[in-house]
Amino acid sequence: MSEAADTLVTQEMIDRKGIWGGERTSPPISESDIRKWAIATYWPETPPKIYWDADYAKSTKYGGIIAPADFNPFAWPVERPARPQGGGGRGGGRTGLNGGQTDTYGVPMRPGDVITSRTRLKDWNERQGRMGLTLYTYTETEWRNQGDELVRTRISIGVRY
Amino acid sequence: MTVNVYFEDVKVGDEIPNWSRKTDFMNWNRYAAVNDEFVPFHMDDEAGRAAKNEQGAFGMGNLRYAYIVNALRDWIGDEAEIREVGCQYRVINQKNDVLTVVGKVVEKTTEDGENLVRLETNVTNQNGDSTCPGHAIVVLPNR
Repeated sequence: MSEAADTLVTQEMIDRKGIWGGERTSPPISESDIRKWAIATYWPETPPKIYWDADYAKSTKYGGIIAPADFNPFAWPVERPARPQGGGGRGGGRTGLNGGQTDTYGVPMRPGDVITSRTRLKDWNERQGRMGLTLYTYTETEWRNQGDELVRTRISIGVRY
Repeated sequence: MTVNVYFEDVKVGDEIPNWSRKTDFMNWNRYAAVNDEFVPFHMDDEAGRAAKNEQGAFGMGNLRYAYIVNALRDWIGDEAEIREVGCQYRVINQKNDVLTVVGKVVEKTTEDGENLVRLETNVTNQNGDSTCPGHAIVVLPNR
């Protein structure tokens, strides 16, 4: 009979805590990328014009087409290397779940933007839960545009037990 | 320009319009096509069951998140900003679920000249289950 682990925190997590990594750069965002994204997420209804009608978008406070806040400029890379590490540092336990996320938005993404991303393991805590000892990790991912303006900060919650 | 709601007109306790979609396999495919999310357990019933979902393939958390963003954008219009969105994935999105984004205003503040409105949000399914509790902050214009 095996003993229950005292902690699910690994040495890899301790070594990587707070260290930025996993840097990558998106291809330039196109109007068509934004239009297709909006159509897919609004289907079967027509998405708002701010996402696809340049003349209309010019008349708004944004002065042009913007991407939906949840738009992912990193979809469909040509090269598919192993998943970038950086936040990294996987915890112990046998099961991993996506616990959710909080995104804070800066400037919107626009056609022509090139987004750079970096990630770090920000923090963790663990406590006894229904499934036994449970580890919650908080991974921070930061996106900036070509002008170094902050586009988005995401805190992702990973759950392991 | 489209202003759907002004800061002065929002009260704590107000609810935003419900925003619903039936999430069938075609919706998941459309989203997979734009987000490059052809993950086996979202695409294939056998892979879904192998991932411990008895009903088979299940929906993407990212798509549910998109629905929250869309509900907020439809409510605030194009002269306002979505500043923050957070949620926790509590219940799996099963095939053909009807998901509805709901939201209620819980706080209004003005900070550094910005009109911030904080909401409690959720995504419920056709059974009334709370699948994705969370919060949002939007920045609204003055009248």
